[in-house]
Amino acid sequence: LGLALYAGSLCAVSGAAFLYHDYCVIGAGPAGLQVAYFLQQAGRDYVVFERSHAPGSFFALYPRHRKLISINKQYTGKSNSEFNLRHDWNSLLSHDRRLLFRRYSRDFFPSADTMVRYLEDFASLLKLRVQYNTAIIHVTLEKNEEAWNGHYFLLTDQDRKNYKCSSLLVAAGTWVPNVVNFPGSEYVEGYETVSINPEDFAGQTVLILGRGNSAFETAENILGVTNFIHMVSRSRVRLSWATHYVGDLRAINNGLLDTYQLKSLDGLLEGDLEDLAIVKDKKGKLHITLRFYLEDRNISAGIDSITLPQDELDNFATRAPYDRVIRCLGWKFDFSIYNRSLRIMPGKGNIKKYPQIKPSYESRGTRGLFVLGTASHSVDFRKSAGGFIHGFRYTTRAVHRLLENRHHGVPWPSTVYPITQLTNSIIKRVNEASGLYQMFSVLADIILLRENATAFEYLEEYPVGVLAELEMQTGRKAHNGLFVIIMEYGRNFSGADKDVFYYNRAVGEAQHAWQSNFLHPVIYYYKRLPTEREMRLRPPDWPLPRPDAIHHIVEDFLTDWTAPNAHILPLRRFLENCLSTDLRNFFAESCFLFAFTHQKQPPFCQQGYVRMQGLVGSQELRHHAVQAGLLQDYTHTDFSGDRPPDSRDGSQDQLMRDHAIPVRPLQHLINAKDE
Amino acid sequence: MSAQKDRWISSLVFLLLCACSIPRSGSTGLQQEQSPQQYFSALEAGKASLAFFTPSVSPGAQPFLEQIESSAEALQDYGISVVKVNCPREDVSRYCGKENALRKAFLFRGNRLIREFPTDALFDVNSIVANVLFALLFNEVKYVETLADLENTENVLKGKSNMVFAYVPATGTAEHRAVMEAAFVYGTIHQFVLTTEVALLKATSHDDPDVSSAQLLFCHCQQATEPSQPCRRTALGQPLTLLNIHRHLKLMGAPLVTEIAEDPEKVSTVHLQLGLPLVFILSQRETYEADRRTAEFVAWQLLGKAGVALLSRDLVDLNVLHRSNVALKTPQEGMPIQYLVLEDTDEVITLVEDKNKVKQIQEDEQQEEEEEDEDEKENNNQDIQDDQVLEAVSRDKKRELPLEQILVLTEENFHSSLSEAARTVVLFYASWEAVSLAVLRSYSEVAAHLKGTPGVLLSRVNCWDWPGLCSQENVTQFPAIRIYREGQRPVTYDGMWGTEELSSFILLSRVPCPLKLATMEEAEGYLRGEFPSELPSHPHTSLLGVFSTATNQAREAFEEAGNILSGHVRMGMYFEDDALALSRKYSVSPPALLLARGGGQSMEGIALSKYSTQDMVQMIRYELLDIFPEITVSNLPQYLQLGKPFLILFSAGDISQMESKEMLKLAKGRPQQAFVACWLNLKKTPVGHGILRTYFSTMPSLPVLLWVNLHAGGQVFKFPSEQSITEMNILSWLEKLQAGLEIPSSTLSEEDWKPPLPAYDFLQMMEPPVPELSPHTSSHPGDTPAQRPPKSPGGDPAGGDSAIREEPSQQSTAQEGGSPGRGLRGTAPRLSARDKQGKRHSEL
Repeated sequence: LGLALYAGSLCAVSGAAFLYHDYCVIGAGPAGLQVAYFLQQAGRDYVVFERSHAPGSFFALYPRHRKLISINKQYTGKSNSEFNLRHDWNSLLSHDRRLLFRRYSRDFFPSADTMVRYLEDFASLLKLRVQYNTAIIHVTLEKNEEAWNGHYFLLTDQDRKNYKCSSLLVAAGTWVPNVVNFPGSEYVEGYETVSINPEDFAGQTVLILGRGNSAFETAENILGVTNFIHMVSRSRVRLSWATHYVGDLRAINNGLLDTYQLKSLDGLLEGDLEDLAIVKDKKGKLHITLRFYLEDRNISAGIDSITLPQDELDNFATRAPYDRVIRCLGWKFDFSIYNRSLRIMPGKGNIKKYPQIKPSYESRGTRGLFVLGTASHSVDFRKSAGGFIHGFRYTTRAVHRLLENRHHGVPWPSTVYPITQLTNSIIKRVNEASGLYQMFSVLADIILLRENATAFEYLEEYPVGVLAELEMQTGRKAHNGLFVIIMEYGRNFSGADKDVFYYNRAVGEAQHAWQSNFLHPVIYYYKRLPTEREMRLRPPDWPLPRPDAIHHIVEDFLTDWTAPNAHILPLRRFLENCLSTDLRNFFAESCFLFAFTHQKQPPFCQQGYVRMQGLVGSQELRHHAVQAGLLQDYTHTDFSGDRPPDSRDGSQDQLMRDHAIPVRPLQHLINAKDE
Repeated sequence: MSAQKDRWISSLVFLLLCACSIPRSGSTGLQQEQSPQQYFSALEAGKASLAFFTPSVSPGAQPFLEQIESSAEALQDYGISVVKVNCPREDVSRYCGKENALRKAFLFRGNRLIREFPTDALFDVNSIVANVLFALLFNEVKYVETLADLENTENVLKGKSNMVFAYVPATGTAEHRAVMEAAFVYGTIHQFVLTTEVALLKATSHDDPDVSSAQLLFCHCQQATEPSQPCRRTALGQPLTLLNIHRHLKLMGAPLVTEIAEDPEKVSTVHLQLGLPLVFILSQRETYEADRRTAEFVAWQLLGKAGVALLSRDLVDLNVLHRSNVALKTPQEGMPIQYLVLEDTDEVITLVEDKNKVKQIQEDEQQEEEEEDEDEKENNNQDIQDDQVLEAVSRDKKRELPLEQILVLTEENFHSSLSEAARTVVLFYASWEAVSLAVLRSYSEVAAHLKGTPGVLLSRVNCWDWPGLCSQENVTQFPAIRIYREGQRPVTYDGMWGTEELSSFILLSRVPCPLKLATMEEAEGYLRGEFPSELPSHPHTSLLGVFSTATNQAREAFEEAGNILSGHVRMGMYFEDDALALSRKYSVSPPALLLARGGGQSMEGIALSKYSTQDMVQMIRYELLDIFPEITVSNLPQYLQLGKPFLILFSAGDISQMESKEMLKLAKGRPQQAFVACWLNLKKTPVGHGILRTYFSTMPSLPVLLWVNLHAGGQVFKFPSEQSITEMNILSWLEKLQAGLEIPSSTLSEEDWKPPLPAYDFLQMMEPPVPELSPHTSSHPGDTPAQRPPKSPGGDPAGGDSAIREEPSQQSTAQEGGSPGRGLRGTAPRLSARDKQGKRHSEL
């Protein structure tokens, strides 16, 4: 179908001065290269446009002080490559093991130059089709009923060359600096141009506007040589270790907080920048005043005619004049190149720097236009990692899978397992999957049950926001119920004003797992796929609608959820009760007994022993099972029928009836504690 | 069960009501505060009342008064009114005047004072009821102190009436009360005798009795017509409560043996009503006397445990086996009567006692469960491991496995290692997964077993360390064992995860399958199990395909089948020019298969007619099955796959030659058997005991031959033990069986495999279910309109998403403290509640 469409569209455009591609990608930054990789692997017709001569032009300039704050962990004590990606925030996804960031830098916080080099290698080693020095300056639509989405995207570059695409993937990032306009803002230097040489700030008094990582990074650089630094912003400081959001202030940059709280002249202030005004005195010093003092007045009349706050309030905080004012207010998406017909609108409130998109990363205004990378962060702004490489490398893959299904009839990749593997497949993923871990509460693994729950289909890292559209988006059927596996922090645990170190913050017992605070796996069970209405009306604070049953795997200090009793057992009970079956494992001997005494076999025996794959078990293991009272030892049975009173006659029956499993002494201790 | 209990509780209450004189309408209040004059004038002749006198202000006797008050109701059931009499201050009469009289209670019958009780003898309701009844029933309940007294009483009663003898450790106890209450009802029918003497208890019981608990014996003196004949005694085996005593006396009063001449399904006796089983002894006119004696003997043994009835086959048309001699009817409604063939009376008794035991256990469990339910719903052993494999592996985790022989493969060395040995066996496993680890243990035993075997390298890949390698090798489930050979597709092991099976697979895999034999000598040697030398001489079956040059199609199918069966089957192939000579020798015409069983001891030729690989594989698998196999844990699945019923002989050890011969005859008799004839050696496969125990309540004598319909219906039939196991007997039995003339001894459970225990209900804990609320319409008293700017749902499609995303967080803050279980995080009650929880990482 894809081919036919492709051929058709070629015909349609032949003669016109358009270069046609199925997919056009704007921007060869990390997200653009990432999606290019997936398109290339799938053998799709695509091109990436990059305005610079090399990939990752944003990193060529930013961060100005060159230190990335994304961690690059060399060692985790594990060789599991998937697990290790949880602690590698810089690599892009690829099959090429040379393209792991730790092979490029040994620094825990690597240099931005390394990132540029890495991205260059990524593009060249994988032979990605990137067209450099091509700045797309205009994008518009051409209606056409034969097109995939009812229209083609027409792109124009700086040389008035035109391109035509069926699908447009915008990975342009947010690169337009945020600017505030107030009287005197012409005296303000921008982060993008300010000197990074501390010498230039020696003995100066500096005011920094903004309270993000770039503001603190700038302050950190000059902290040692300035008289003092003041920092103004509308909102209070948000510390990433309290909010669990990597975009908030990272500990590596927070030297100014230290000096402020330890009374070392530096300081933080809250105030709306819109109300500010700056006036310059004759000596070139910059004074802070308020905008309303300037109304009806001419600044050019000179500083002396202007009221300063300290004239009325002689202890006004920022009454001291500054030598420099630096703006570090972040960036926003470049909305300017899109024709009105594309209806690319900024979001509302604190996500106005991002274009509006659906949870499937498709634009709300235009079908077939997907936003990838940092610009797609409105989906999980201040929640998860979708604005950062270690998050959007997975959402990009998810978008690619959606596209494969939509345009090429390739359903979402999945593996079918027998039901006996249900517990295992979940345990495996929650322990190693990095996409679930980085994109917590955004990407979820989906288990689609087959009829009679004898088998299931496992789909990885599906965007949970479009769960209701699962069948349409993946090409898989969800008729017999589904599990959604997702990772969550405890509700109400994270937040700028939260104490995340309070005593007893960690839950240790499986039965209290739902109160877990740290990131932990949560499994939702739905008897049928939730509808869009249910998704919309989901309880406040819930990533998903109310399920038919829910299970939390208790948070773990090592994020290692393989403990047989605390993690696996409660999970199995949950799954068993959802499916109304018995998911225990049995030795061949037990299956043998069941084969002669039961008309139906438990799934483990049915799918193993009966198919000649019984688990015989070594002598020691069977001995342990007998000692645990879970397997009956018949070797010492006599034939008289008189059973010695102390024999373990009941134990096999117990196994079958599941009553009265011997209580270990430890259990009493725990119970007593609880009561 | 409980319905039945109710029934006889109500009958007891009825009895009590009849026996008592119902309290008159005048005594509506249980306790009237009267003056002495009023009290004495109101006393009615023959009516008992318990009175106590109290000055208007009585500081000391308060706790005693409370007990009196609460016993008033109990005593009223026995027609005894309890009266509190107020003494006017100036009264100096007999009861009010004396100081110590105020510390006593007085029992009157009519006007007559019967007893006065010091208040310290009336410490609680039990003691009040027990002592008051004891005083009133002075004639009905004899108190004895010596054995001689007891024997005298017995002798007097012989031939006249029965006696109830009770020992209580002390008077005024609950047991004492129960005995007195029973005496109130039954005192006119049986003579009650009470003692508190330990010596008497010891003299009347056989073994060392527990002197701290009360005992009750029913002495059947009425039947002892001769003075020298002792009274039989039946002890009450349960704690002394009014209900238990009542029940016991009811049972003792029932006829020893009931004669039944109607449909046993419709029979209802006291025993069944009281929740006890009823045993029928099936009788015939010819044997009536003997049967009657048997029934009486059994009845005495089972007295108090079950009822015994004599069912005459001549009078009732029973549709049961002629051999059946005993039937058991259980009190559960809807349970069919079980007809049994039992050999002696002991079996009858064990049958009943075991049933009772089982029932008792079930009751206990039920009670426990109920208690647990009341205690705490969540805490029912959910957190205790009930997976035998997981538990066994975690108990074994501290033992270091001998894995030196097994090469560890990684992403780096995987491909290079594969080329080092002719054959590399790879176990793919996950180090956290129990089944994998169980297989790893067997695998380490295989490694020890195969140590030094040339051309085989054992290795392992931990998929938890190298997920990329495992998915690249297409291993999606673990454990998986593959055998890699240079330049060939790896062979996946699909047999039992046992040491022996795996070792033999690896060894067999070393030779090509099928093995191409070049000369006649090789072919002959192969059939004898002597060739090739790499293979250990093999007592099992070898298979040789003989093909002429013209039979290419069959040969290809055979080779393909060999690939599939590789490792499981010894397959050879001979297609030299002189193949005809070979086939002539064994009188087959190519293409043909030669089957050499038991190392060439018997040879069988099969002509090949189907050339599809699948058919060939199936045919070979079928041919390799034994005719009369010994069933073991590892070979059962092969026979299960035939989907036929099993005719299985359970034997304590090896079966005798005679049995084996007869069974083999039977098995061979019809080539296309409709069943699997097999045997099971209980010594080698002890789990067979578990099977027999499930089928039979008592262990049958061995060997026992059973017909088990494993696949249809699940009935189990037992070959009559008195018949000898011969082909003829079995065949005629099978005929009867097929004709539906036999009754199954057991039926396989049809139950589905449900979750063993419930899961934690986190949904309930997180938030009790609420009706679906739209974030736009729900309102909370604390919310001000300013907090939530009104938005028309869907009115602003562009802003809809952000609106939904923002609003919930506002709501959640508004809700904090409102909904239980949520939002309390960080507040004092929440923190202190969490302090009680167990282990915490932050404390480490």
